[in-house]
Amino acid sequence: MNSMIEIRWHGRGGQGAKTASLLLADAAFNTGKYIQGFPEYGPERMGAPITAYNRISDTPIRIHSNIYEPDYVVVVDDTLLESVDVTAGLKPEGAIVINTTKDGEHLKKLLKGYTGKIYTIDARKVSMETLGKYFPNTPMLAAIVKVSGIMSEDDFVKDMEGSFKHKFAKKPEVIDGNMKALKLALTEVKQV
Amino acid sequence: MGIRERLSGNEAAATAMKQINPDVVAAFPITPSTEIPQYFSTFVDNGMVDTEFVAVESEHSAMSACIGAEAAGARAMTATSANGLSFMWEMIYIASSMRLPIVMSLVNRAVSGPLNIHNDHSDAMGVRDAGWIMLFSETNQEAYDNLLMAHRIAENEKVLLPLMVCQDGFITSHSIENIELLEDEKVKEFVGEYHPKHYLLNKKEPIAMGPMDLQSFLFEHKYQQAEAMCNAKQVILDVAKDFEKMTGRKYGLFEEYKLEDAEIAIVCMNSTAGTTKEVVDSLREKGVKAGLLKIRVFRPFPAEEIAKALSHVKAVAVLDKADSLNGVGGALFTDVTSGMQVNGVTVPTSSYVYGIGGRDTTTKEIESVFKDLMEDSKKAKIENPYRYLGLRKE
Repeated sequence: MNSMIEIRWHGRGGQGAKTASLLLADAAFNTGKYIQGFPEYGPERMGAPITAYNRISDTPIRIHSNIYEPDYVVVVDDTLLESVDVTAGLKPEGAIVINTTKDGEHLKKLLKGYTGKIYTIDARKVSMETLGKYFPNTPMLAAIVKVSGIMSEDDFVKDMEGSFKHKFAKKPEVIDGNMKALKLALTEVKQV
Repeated sequence: MGIRERLSGNEAAATAMKQINPDVVAAFPITPSTEIPQYFSTFVDNGMVDTEFVAVESEHSAMSACIGAEAAGARAMTATSANGLSFMWEMIYIASSMRLPIVMSLVNRAVSGPLNIHNDHSDAMGVRDAGWIMLFSETNQEAYDNLLMAHRIAENEKVLLPLMVCQDGFITSHSIENIELLEDEKVKEFVGEYHPKHYLLNKKEPIAMGPMDLQSFLFEHKYQQAEAMCNAKQVILDVAKDFEKMTGRKYGLFEEYKLEDAEIAIVCMNSTAGTTKEVVDSLREKGVKAGLLKIRVFRPFPAEEIAKALSHVKAVAVLDKADSLNGVGGALFTDVTSGMQVNGVTVPTSSYVYGIGGRDTTTKEIESVFKDLMEDSKKAKIENPYRYLGLRKE
């Protein structure tokens, strides 16, 4: 029970937060963990706020409900900070990882007194530099792996190469860019 | 032993169907079961199965095509949810009265209206008297395992009834979780080939199926369906025993979790059972003797066995994910309390309607039920047995 890590993703429809949560589940599964990866389905609209969840544990996971007191929160789109209470229930000893270019002071104000650790990454910059297009989910996936320490960076990178080869079997040209995005994101995520 | 995988509940169901490789699958997509025929049609397209896939124009036709296929002597499967099942309703009864062992994957969702795509059990509860065997599944693993056992139960000569395997829409159908799969050959050997005794395409035995059946015989035929349902109980246990030999995974009519010495107990079905196990464990650490009875076989209803299993507890809560809207609790509550009464078991029992239309059910809410039960267990008679869990009052 104590060894279970709970993660909540906030994104907007179309940004791939759901896919990122499933990829994270995949990567953790491949290191021998028990996993859950599930989105909270609402009205499926491009741009609408969406939530997705991960549970990762060394023992079988039996609980079947949404996550209200996560260890980590990932925010894929910083415009959500103004409309969604992203730190609701977030454990103070946990952390929040935000895709943003805003500075720490500004973020602290938006997070209304959250006392835990705040990490940021400019996933747009990472994505544009490596993929030439804005797909924030791959950099955010790398960021949460680094921040949460669910698995070693080496294991993660090795595993994702396999996953991408499988996932993009019909689009092999994007594998290289996604791998670069992962590796760059691992170095770009910073605590504020 | 077994293949370590991670699949959603829908992927698990589609994988079971792939390994079963039925003669016919007829289905029409509906949320949240859409992925099952979607994945399965990919298997057909890739030549991984040699099933005849019938892409029908409605659920009524899906069930009709399954009926036609089974009557002809083929093994047929389908998948649906909520209003899809409602649209099949007429044919659901035809399937069971014709004694056709069709197997369905039912991904439970609230029946409209108001329109809702999320999980509750109102779809399954609507067909509980239709003469189908109904198995419920806590996890993707159980949805998979139940499907692998389904044909051997349904096609047994003493049974010959259609069977549905239920799992919770979205909660398990769309959640990726660990699962242990069996090798294709093992499934093939376990499920076996289908050789019906009587079927329409047998030219040596010309028969009519589904004819008019009036005052002189319909009653007897309905009795035979009820008798077949009674027979199913032992067959379900026999098949589970064989399955356990192969996989090590044990299945019964229901699962008793720390129930043996429990003083208070929850009865529920599907994914909420997992959340309840978590709460039972945390309460046990605090010295509270909590337990769970998780229904696997809802039809036939194991009334006597359930009554016996609950006879020693001091208070019981039955959780229904569908309201019967009759003012006196849900269908599972009625069945459990009737079973207790008939078998001479007197335990204060209350009904909790919960999780309607996808309302999330948390460990905190399950804890609150056990807290109520601790109070109930001190009383001779419960004042307010018809309760709601997770309902906003204002």
